[in-house]
Amino acid sequence: MKERTNQEWLEELQGPQKSRAITDLRNYLVEGLGYALSSHHREDMETLIEDFVQEALLKILDNLDTFRGESKLTTWAQKIAVRVAYTEIRRKRWEDVSIEQFIPEDSGMDFTPEILTDRDPNPEQITTQDMLMDKVIKLIETELTERQQQAIYAVMFGGMPLQEVARQMGTNRNALYKMIYDARSKLKDSLMLQEGISPEELLEVFDLK
Amino acid sequence: MTTIEAQAMKRLLRSLANINPDEIGCDDCFEVVDQFVELELAGKDAEEALPLVKDHLNRCEACREEYRALYRAVKKLSEQDD
Repeated sequence: MKERTNQEWLEELQGPQKSRAITDLRNYLVEGLGYALSSHHREDMETLIEDFVQEALLKILDNLDTFRGESKLTTWAQKIAVRVAYTEIRRKRWEDVSIEQFIPEDSGMDFTPEILTDRDPNPEQITTQDMLMDKVIKLIETELTERQQQAIYAVMFGGMPLQEVARQMGTNRNALYKMIYDARSKLKDSLMLQEGISPEELLEVFDLK
Repeated sequence: MTTIEAQAMKRLLRSLANINPDEIGCDDCFEVVDQFVELELAGKDAEEALPLVKDHLNRCEACREEYRALYRAVKKLSEQDD
């Protein structure tokens, strides 16, 4: 591929002879996504990558005016292609999973089976852990809004990707991150104010230090 | 009865304890993650230059996954140029 400065890229991608620059950029992104997605093994990967790059190119060309030149244009474009690819891969992977399934039907929750397998055998510590977990769960139910609870259950407990939870909740990934941030803040403050439990104690009781 | 796995509970508790009032969101991270990758590939201290990006990448699995993919791609492509 012909070496270009950012300025040359911008001029060529928007100039009268743009097809050469677009082809070069497309090839660069296709090759880059091949490396980016090397851990995903699928037979149709080549076709998928072509589709991802096609969609990314549209976004890139539409957003050239937002490129601030703080990285190479090719890196900036690759970033957009990676975002397009992962958004689609995650959507396909999670589209049949509803966030509803992570919301408990009643307030009784049971931690015991899994938690016993990987925690400290000290019985006193186990009692303290159980007590603390009960408190955290109660605070989730009493202090958080319904949407905050949904978000915490699906993302933190369900391990669902932010974008997919956001899509189902009718919001976006960034707003959801902030919603979860607010929920975490609220829980941390409530633990301190209502239960007198500091963050340091939390880490200590669960050997998370 | 809903069962919550120990790992999930720990993930939540750690995220409560480590909360940082300066945390940035996914959009702010995306905005500069290309610079972050280039700094790293240039052997510079990206964490020192963009500490909140590093902080977000530590917290956000989706952004971390995309960052790693971008890093792999740009690294491989730049090696070919050399």
